[in-house]
Amino acid sequence: MVIIMALVSGLMMSIGLIVSGMVNPLKVIGFLDLFGHFDPTLAFVMVGALGVAAIGYRLVGCSKPLLCESFDLPKKSKIDAPLILGAALFGIGWGLAGFCPAPAIVGLGLGLPKALLFVCAMLVGMFLARRWALRL
Amino acid sequence: MNISYVHGLIGGMFIGAAAVILYWFNGRIMGVSGIASRLLARPGQDYWWRAAFILGLVLGGFIYQLKSPIAVVVDASEWVLMIAGVLVGFGTVMGNGCTSGHGICGMARLSKRSIVATLVFMMTGIVTVWLKKVVGV
Repeated sequence: MVIIMALVSGLMMSIGLIVSGMVNPLKVIGFLDLFGHFDPTLAFVMVGALGVAAIGYRLVGCSKPLLCESFDLPKKSKIDAPLILGAALFGIGWGLAGFCPAPAIVGLGLGLPKALLFVCAMLVGMFLARRWALRL
Repeated sequence: MNISYVHGLIGGMFIGAAAVILYWFNGRIMGVSGIASRLLARPGQDYWWRAAFILGLVLGGFIYQLKSPIAVVVDASEWVLMIAGVLVGFGTVMGNGCTSGHGICGMARLSKRSIVATLVFMMTGIVTVWLKKVVGV
């Protein structure tokens, strides 16, 4: 059941990214192009997603999830250097390609060769960061 | 109002619903970079739901493309995509999240870390797009 609901969530996410146009790198770059041809669509996506998620997270009635023992929330609360530096690097890549992880993975399903290239490079980056983190 | 804003709002609500489903049922935060990067670790207890989520993302695109094909233009060259991919992969693991985990789930929980991360990646993204135009990449 846990696996099926994860699949359902992934499908739902995929549909949301396609319907909203966010699988299209040009729309994302359009949003980041504040000083050029600004396209505010991504702001509307954020409003829709944040609205539903914020209400949904608060509506949880029980003390544990429906299918497992406990909610698994991020434990870190300090704003540290890796957070800032990591987010900064991610933003540069995001601005360069117009892809962030989810839309690029959806792009695999859409059959985009360039999405495949991006996802492979992304996995290399993730692998390197995991190796690097283990050394700390 | 521009029709693509309406699509954005509706699509966004789907994205929010996907996050709520994963939280209500599985008790997990829908952070796509974290889910994807942990598939690189040795398979453990959490391996299969993560694989199923990623499969859902791919399958959604595949089914949509069969039903009503959409045209997606990727402007960036192969070189730029490779560099961007490595930066996105490295940065999201180092910073513990991407647009979904920090931008949507974390902000919806009012996590300070996520709010800061989102502001930072939006800012460097905006500067990058501006620099691209100045340099002419």
